[in-house]
This record gives sequence, C-alpha cells and structure tokens, in this order.
Amino acid sequence: MGRERETPKEQQQVSYTVEQLVAVNPYNPDILPDLENYVNEQVSLQTYSLDANLCLLRLYQFEPERMSTQIVARILVKALMAMPAPDFSLCLFLIPERVQMEEQFKTLIVLSHYLETGRFRQFWDEAAKSRHIVEAVPGFEQAIQAYAIHVLSLTYQKIPRPVLAEAINIEGLSLDKFLEHQAANGGWILEKGHGRGQLIVLPQNEFNHPELKKSAADSVPLEHITRIFPILG
Amino acid sequence: MATNYDYEEAPATYDEAHRQDLGYDPNFVPDSVKSLVVHLYRHIREKNVYEIHQMYEISFQTLSDRLFKDTPWPSVDAVAHFVDNDQVFCLLYREMWFRHIYARLSPTLKQRIDSWDNYCSLFQVVLHSVVNMQLPNQWLWDMVDEFVYQFQSFCQYRAKMKNKTEQEIALLRQYDQAWNVYGVLNYLQAFVEKSNIIQILEQEKEGLEQFTATDGYDYSGGSNVLKVLGYFSMVGLLRVHCLLGDYQTGLKCLLPIDISQQGVYTSVIGSHITTIYHYGFANLMLRRYVDAIREFNKMLLYIYKTKQYHQKSPQYEQILKKNEQMYALLAICLSLCPQVKLVEETVNSQLREKYGEKMARMQRYDDEAFAIYDELFSYACPKFITPSAPSFEEPLVNYNQDAYRLQLKLFLYEVKQQQLLSGVRTFLKVYSTISLGKLANYMEVDDPTLRTILLTYKHKTHAVDSEGKVISNADVDFYIDDVRKTFSLCKYLCAAEKMCFKLPCVLYNFIAADTDGIHKQLWTNLRLAFQVTLLQDMIHVVESKPVKRYGDYFLRQIVKLEGVINDMDRIKLD
Repeated sequence: MGRERETPKEQQQVSYTVEQLVAVNPYNPDILPDLENYVNEQVSLQTYSLDANLCLLRLYQFEPERMSTQIVARILVKALMAMPAPDFSLCLFLIPERVQMEEQFKTLIVLSHYLETGRFRQFWDEAAKSRHIVEAVPGFEQAIQAYAIHVLSLTYQKIPRPVLAEAINIEGLSLDKFLEHQAANGGWILEKGHGRGQLIVLPQNEFNHPELKKSAADSVPLEHITRIFPILG
Repeated sequence: MATNYDYEEAPATYDEAHRQDLGYDPNFVPDSVKSLVVHLYRHIREKNVYEIHQMYEISFQTLSDRLFKDTPWPSVDAVAHFVDNDQVFCLLYREMWFRHIYARLSPTLKQRIDSWDNYCSLFQVVLHSVVNMQLPNQWLWDMVDEFVYQFQSFCQYRAKMKNKTEQEIALLRQYDQAWNVYGVLNYLQAFVEKSNIIQILEQEKEGLEQFTATDGYDYSGGSNVLKVLGYFSMVGLLRVHCLLGDYQTGLKCLLPIDISQQGVYTSVIGSHITTIYHYGFANLMLRRYVDAIREFNKMLLYIYKTKQYHQKSPQYEQILKKNEQMYALLAICLSLCPQVKLVEETVNSQLREKYGEKMARMQRYDDEAFAIYDELFSYACPKFITPSAPSFEEPLVNYNQDAYRLQLKLFLYEVKQQQLLSGVRTFLKVYSTISLGKLANYMEVDDPTLRTILLTYKHKTHAVDSEGKVISNADVDFYIDDVRKTFSLCKYLCAAEKMCFKLPCVLYNFIAADTDGIHKQLWTNLRLAFQVTLLQDMIHVVESKPVKRYGDYFLRQIVKLEGVINDMDRIKLD
C-alpha cells in the first residue's frame, strides 16, 4: 500500500493512483494533498469522482485546520453539476455549519435549492450574479442544462418552447441551433404548436410514457432460480 | 453485554480512591469468579464454542448481577495466575472488564484511555499473530459493537470541554492518540482487509468457499476470529460513517453483505438490528425512501415475531429501544414517501398505534409538522460525533451537539423542500387528467409556479441509485402533454376506471356530431362534470399498480415442498 510519488508529467497516472488510494487506504492523513490536487484536476479535465471528494471532506472533518474553503467550494460546484444525484447534500453533511455560513457557500446552497425545486429562472439569475464562483469550473453550464433537460424529460411528453428556453437559459438563434442539434442527435422532434409557438417533443422514456414502463418487478434473478436447480433435478 | 446508547454518562469523578471507599478490592477474587475464569479458559483452549457461549452470555451476566452490580470485576492481575497468565485470555478478560464499567458504572478518562490501549493490544494480536481460537459470534460482534460504542462515547465526552478539570485536559493532551478517529477506522479497515472477507463472500457465491453456511465457524480446525471480526467490521464501518455523516461511504462499506438474504449478520440479533437500522437511516438521508421502508418493514416484522425469545437476554432493552427508533424512522419515511403498500399489516397497525396521529400532522407540512419531524428525527437518529480533537487554546465550550444539529438542520431543509408536494399528491389522487391552468387555480398559485412544483415533484420522487439509474419512488405519478380535444374527468364520476385515462378524439367527434336526442342529453349531463380543454397543457395521472410477485412466491413454495418431502422420507415407519 505504498504511496507513489506523483509525477508531474503523467496526469493520467496520478488520478489512477488517487482512486487506488481512496479505495485501499482512505483513512490516511498523508493523502490529503493528493486529494486536493485531484479536485483541481477534476475541475480542469472535466472529470468527477464523488468517492475521492467525500474522502477529502472526511479528512477535512478530522483535521479542520487543514481545510481549504476554496477546494471545498470547488467540490460543491462539481457536486451541483452531478445533479440529479444527491451529491451536493452528501457533501454538505460533511461540512461544518460555521463553514457553511460563509458567503460563497450560502450562495451555492441557494443555487442548489433553486435546482432542487425546479426554479430554473431564479437559478440562472442567481448564477449570473455569482459568475466568479461558477465560471471557475468549466462545463458548469452544460451540466446544469443536462439536469434541466433530465427533469423536463421526466415530466413532459411535449414542452412549449418558452418553458424549455427558461429552463436551459438559451434563447433566440442559439436556442434554434441547440434544438436543431438535439433533433439531429438526441431524438427530439420539433412541432409547430397550435397557435402557441413551437412545441418540442421529448424522447420517450418510461417516466413520461408510462406504457413503456417495463414490469421488472416480477422478474426473478437467476441466482434465486439456481437455488432450486437441485430440486428440479 | 448490553451497551446502552442512551447511557447518560455522569461526570467522571469516580476515581480509584472513591471506589476503594465502597469496599472494592481489585485483588479479591470470589470463588465463583475463579471458577468462571478457569472454566472459560479451558473451554476456549478446547474450542468448545457452545460452552464458551453459555459462560459468556449467561454466567458472566449472572455474576455481574449478583456480585458486581455497581463495582468492577476483579482486576486482570488478580485472575491472571488462574489462567497460566495467558496473554490473549487476559486481553479478552480486560475487554469484558471495561465493557462492564461502561455498562454499569461511569468510566473515568484514564479508564477510557486504558480501554483503548487494551483494544489496540487485542487487535494487534488478532491481526498479526496466528490466533487459534473459535469464539461465539455473539462475543465477536459485541467486541466490534463495543469498540465503536466506546469511540462514540469518547467523542461525546471529549466534546464537552466546559467542565473539564486541569487534570483531565492534561491527560487528553498527553494521550491524544487514544480513540483517534484514524485509529478506529484503520483498525476496522484492517480487519476487513486482513481477513480477506470480501473475497471470501465473493467466492462463496460461486461455491468456492464456505462461510455463511457454517455461520462463520471453521470446522476444519482453524479459527473463526479474524474472519468473523472482518465481517462484523463492515457493519462497524457502516456505523462509524453514519456517525460522521458520510452515508454514501457507509453504505459502500456494507455492500459486500447481501442484506436481502440471511447471513452471518443475522446470526446475532444485535448485529442484525444494527445493520438494518443504519442501512435504513443512511438510505433515508440519501432520499432512497423506498429502500429504507422495505428494510425497516422486514426488520420490524422480524422483531415483532421473535422478541419474546430474547426477553431474558441482556440485549433485550437495546432491542426494544432500537425497535421504537425504527418505527419513528419508518413514520418519517412514509410521511415523505407515502408507499403504504410496502408495509406489512402487523407493522402497519403497530405504526398507526404509535405514530398514526403524528404522521397525519406531518403530512400537513405546516409549522407543527416540522416540529414533529424534528422530534422524531432527534429521537431516532444516531449519536453523531465531531471526530476532530478540541482546540485546547480556545475558550472551553461544549460542542458535542454540533454534529447532530447539522444533520438535523439539513434533514429539515430537505423536508421543507418537499412541502408543496403533499398538495400536488392530493390532487393527483383525485384527478386522472387535469389541465395545468385548473390545477394552478385549485392550488392558488400561478402557472409558472405550478410548473416548478410539478418539476420538484418529479425530481424528488425519482431517486438516483448507486449506479446512476433513475428509479421512481412515486405512488402517484404523472406526465404532461399537450393534447387536443381531451377530456378531463373526475375519477369518481367515471363508471369504468379504464375510461379515465384519455378519451380518444373519435369519441369526442362522435358525441359532438350526433344531434340525436339521447346522446345530446348524455353529452349535456356529462358536460357538467367534464371540462373540455383544448390546446392546454394536460397533466395525465399514472397510478402505480401493486405488482404481485408470483416468481418469489413459487420459489419459496417449491423449496418448502421439497423440505416437506425430505422430512417425510426421513420418517421410518416401524
């Protein structure tokens, strides 16, 4: 379980080592700097690892004097981008209350609240006011837009253009381009609405088309059947 | 060995001198104790697990009740010469000695530190030397359980800095490694790794290993101690991570154990309850309400059926306490995710009795409701800890409640976010289809607000599991469509359930086009209950139907029948 010296050249090798460390030797204060570097790497390379970030937050919990609020803020932004997964809450559980009272964290919590409650307009407004926080992490906008589309796909079979525009914060010509792209690659269908502007038909899934719901409930896993093989003979 | 989580620890002023005043002589060994120690030592050497279990569970308890109600057992030095000064036995004896202190008396700081040292020595022996014992699972579980409990207790104790004496502070500074969180976690992790338990469980699925089948015992002359400690340490890790607020990692630690099956974790009632309690709690915090409800339901039913057999056991009080806490957690889960169909009849009736009224109030989501959520959560949650050492420079305050307050605050925050969902649910249960505009009207909000509420409903009821898959929690679900010429019907006015979904355009045209008297009358009458909506966003309600699990049922019956046939074959008729 020896900790390998990180080589500045091979970024790939460092992240592999960090994941290994987290899996094999997570309760070790020495790996804190590696984990911090890994957070920065996740930000710049647009990758993400919840386990590694939780490990770091735990170490911060064990040794609060080593906590870097900047790193914590980055972890939270990354967690926000992982929605609809509850990663943001999971991270908050590990961050002491007095740290959460700081301005930047209060802003992030507000942003998370808007996303959790589907208030996309308020979210984009607030995000625009806090550009310094969110622009520090590349890929943020796309990730939130993906989340917005996810929730809309759960809810709508057909969605009016203005509702979509507000949710993903794209309008006008950019929106046209976006819709064309999705129609070509994402299975979206653009319809002419009935006097109400454009309607977008979202791809069918089991949540907005209940008839597609597979009745998986009654399927029996193979391991359970193997239990009766001796009986069946 | 009942570990009482609710044990209100009195300030540790109980020192050696005080104890001497009560006439406690650590060197005095009553005959009954000598006899117990000698026999226990012999049974351990002879690997007579049954006898060990009897002495451990019953004799030790009886003597504690009779002779050591409020004093410690004789010191290990006094009994050592009865057992050939066997190092391992002495460590085991000392572990029980400290456990008795925690259970019946109030440990001093020095005793806490000494107990830590003893665990270190004991664990080092198990991890690094060849231990040739077979101990009962109950004992091995109790060791891990107590280890985590004493850690939790120490963190709580250490966080109450306000009334610490100079002496205590000096000791804390000197022995800063005692009950260090890294140490605790690393020992548990070491057990898991050194015992190779994860690989053993994996290989067992392929039939290459025997572990669960023998309840962890080794019938080929080896020792079960390391393996079973490794197994129980996974539960220990789950527990420690829950105490720290890291639910995700806690569940990950438990992953190698398949809780849908019986296993070594069910061989000891304490371990079974602890596993399910923490599993359920972690899932509650992860918003995976259905998983939590399912497991709580199974556990509560099991306790209901089997608690009578544990009435005489030292764990009985603990079992009852955890039982009540799980009912409270179940009440919370069901209020946030009303899936009553998941709950067994017996459990449901018990739940109604205990929390029926409170659950009704919780689902109203007013201020009173939040107070009840607070109350139940505070009653049932684990005793969260702050793992870091105090700063001795700052003014001395009590910070032992900080961790709990944070978890409670975040939990209530989540509850608040779900506030408006209850109203939506009520309407969805009544209507099969309803236009957005109409629903917004009923709920007294504007259209855009309603849209956000519906999105929230969808988001909150569709949890993301550990593999990133989206699973619906919702008992009542919906989707929004823009459909021309669709009727919305009030469910109760509609004769056939099937019609409620969506009347095809054809029927509309038929009715509208028909100028015949009868149809027109029907149309007029129905129109009072109908609302013909065109070109509006329509909400279509989808109610989940309970699925009959025939597969499982058949499997169980097949196995049962086979058992009956085998039994009959075995009967010899004279």
